[in-house]
Amino acid sequence: MPRTLFDKIWDLHRVGQRSDGRDLIYIDRHVLHELHAHHAFAQLVRQQRAVHRPDLTFAVQDHTVATKPGRDDATNPSGTAFIQAMRDGCRKNGIRLFDIGDPEQGISHVVAPELGIVLPGATHAVPDSHASTVGGVGALAFGCGTSELAHILVTQVMALKRPKSMRVRLDGRLGAHVNAKDVALRIIAEIGVAGARGHAVEYAGAAACAMPIEQRMTLCNLNIEMGGRSGFVAPDDATFSWLAGRPYVPQGAQWDLALEHWRTLKTRDDATFDREVVLDCSTLEPQITWGTDPSQVVGISGRVPEPGAVEPGRRAAAESAFAYMDLAPGTPLAGLPVNRVFIGSCTNSRLPDLETAAAVVRGRRVAPGVVAMVVPGSSSVKREAEAAGLDRVFRDAGFFWGESGCSMCAGGNGDRGEPGERCVSTTNRNFENRQGPKVRTHLASPATAAATAIAGRITDVRQLLAGAA
Amino acid sequence: MQPFLRHSAIAAPLIKDDINTDQIAPVLHSRGLKEDYKAMLFHRARKREDGSDNPDFVLNKPQFRAAGILVTGHNFGAGSSRESAVWSMIANDIRVVVAKSFADIYRENCLQNGLLPVTLGAQDAEGFIARVVVADGKAPFMVDLVAQRISGPGGSDIAFEIPAADRTRLLEGLDDIGLTLRHMDDIVAWEKRAKTRQPWLQTAADNRR
Repeated sequence: MPRTLFDKIWDLHRVGQRSDGRDLIYIDRHVLHELHAHHAFAQLVRQQRAVHRPDLTFAVQDHTVATKPGRDDATNPSGTAFIQAMRDGCRKNGIRLFDIGDPEQGISHVVAPELGIVLPGATHAVPDSHASTVGGVGALAFGCGTSELAHILVTQVMALKRPKSMRVRLDGRLGAHVNAKDVALRIIAEIGVAGARGHAVEYAGAAACAMPIEQRMTLCNLNIEMGGRSGFVAPDDATFSWLAGRPYVPQGAQWDLALEHWRTLKTRDDATFDREVVLDCSTLEPQITWGTDPSQVVGISGRVPEPGAVEPGRRAAAESAFAYMDLAPGTPLAGLPVNRVFIGSCTNSRLPDLETAAAVVRGRRVAPGVVAMVVPGSSSVKREAEAAGLDRVFRDAGFFWGESGCSMCAGGNGDRGEPGERCVSTTNRNFENRQGPKVRTHLASPATAAATAIAGRITDVRQLLAGAA
Repeated sequence: MQPFLRHSAIAAPLIKDDINTDQIAPVLHSRGLKEDYKAMLFHRARKREDGSDNPDFVLNKPQFRAAGILVTGHNFGAGSSRESAVWSMIANDIRVVVAKSFADIYRENCLQNGLLPVTLGAQDAEGFIARVVVADGKAPFMVDLVAQRISGPGGSDIAFEIPAADRTRLLEGLDDIGLTLRHMDDIVAWEKRAKTRQPWLQTAADNRR
């Protein structure tokens, strides 16, 4: 049978079948973070088991690290024990740790591809649901829990049921100031938060191919928000040139060998998928969430839906979201005053995200009363942004410019909003209480977030830049 | 892992779709390595702002305080992969979740910890929910994994499907790592082959060092 890209990667990594029928899939690159690592290390000690391939295992402090300049282990007291336990476990097990203070520390999903730790056609696991971010370079990644993390440490494989296959074809050309975040939110709105459950998703089509690698990562990052098991874009010349020369990428003869293989990483034209979804991107406007799950989305010119316009099965959720978000049906999104803007997270914190936001912010000021933050996705991104003067652009406008980490995405490091605040955020989840108790989160792109910070209300970036807002 | 054979307990209805792991096991302000998983479960829904119990939340109602079976809608456990969303169930002696469907990672985490995820088709689910609501905590339901049946007040037994391998794993309380370690020779042989076939993947070195 003609194979999809997913089939090719899966089959190449299939070590065998376990007695319970699960496939054992070899994991080429395993990356830990501090919220799960200590449990797994403790389990290994209890069971007297060893890490099989510490040389293919990496660890990054990201979820609980403070973003304040000059931070250390104690700056966020609720993270200290986690940070130190992972450091200790990594030292004992010989695992390369990107620690606080390491020039390459950052969010694992940003660090792994930017260093070239993750490669096209490689399998990757992280104890985090946003693992498939690295699908942007054509890697097959799985989010996992703590027990599975321990399993991978000991065996370097995951015991998986083969997921079904799905293709999301993105047709057309994106308009100005519309990008991968808007596309992803629209797909989730169309198919729902469980629409890709049980599926490995290939993003294809002209609009996906035209996306720079960082945008492909944003697209794949949000795959879990529609329930997808994994998500990726087939690697192409843009991927290969993006990777060339990165520190962990093979060099010389190894590069040539790898490249030869990477060029075969394509779905055959006659291959079929269990499910196909098509989205025409050419008429898409910037998107924003109005509710409390990532499928409750409208275009920036849209309004909070009337209950009657919501499909019956989703109506109770919509009613609950109206109340939590303090929004009446029919309210236009544009113009809603906000208290806070956050630009960062594994979804939207890479250098081009910050460049996009800075282009909107340059020469303008954050609206009075709005707390605005930029948290780069890695210490490398931060350094590059500073070399390009972006930090000055943000700081001059009144933004906080922080050290790298997950920060306000889930508030695990203490960065969070105040009860009742309305926040536009470039993150991935607008769940109740996620960014702080009773915080009302609207997910949007970096461009929309930046425009909103300047205007003090939810804003169509295209109008702001045209001088109309 | 503790084997799971059958579980007789009060069933509590929490009938919503898409309940996510942020809701099941919220990130709390003060945390440490030894977390209180019992207190964590649905903490935000269970507690009012002043720290007192919210009497309206189902698990706080007197008849459901000792619930050991949770009954819910579609896509239970969506979102974050945090395993605390399963550990906090176990810490409260909830050993079964009956849902219309589960999020993928959450279901895997259930299997790792002896929490039985039962998926019922639409018709059976609606019927069971109605019975759980009517029973209102007055009598227990029995979930029997050996017989793959749910029995209890208000009607005849409901059969449920579960992949045979998942069932065996729960029934025998199998150590997942132990199962895979039997294949360690295959894994090492695969690594040897990969070293010739895709050598760049069997090493992950920083070229600058």
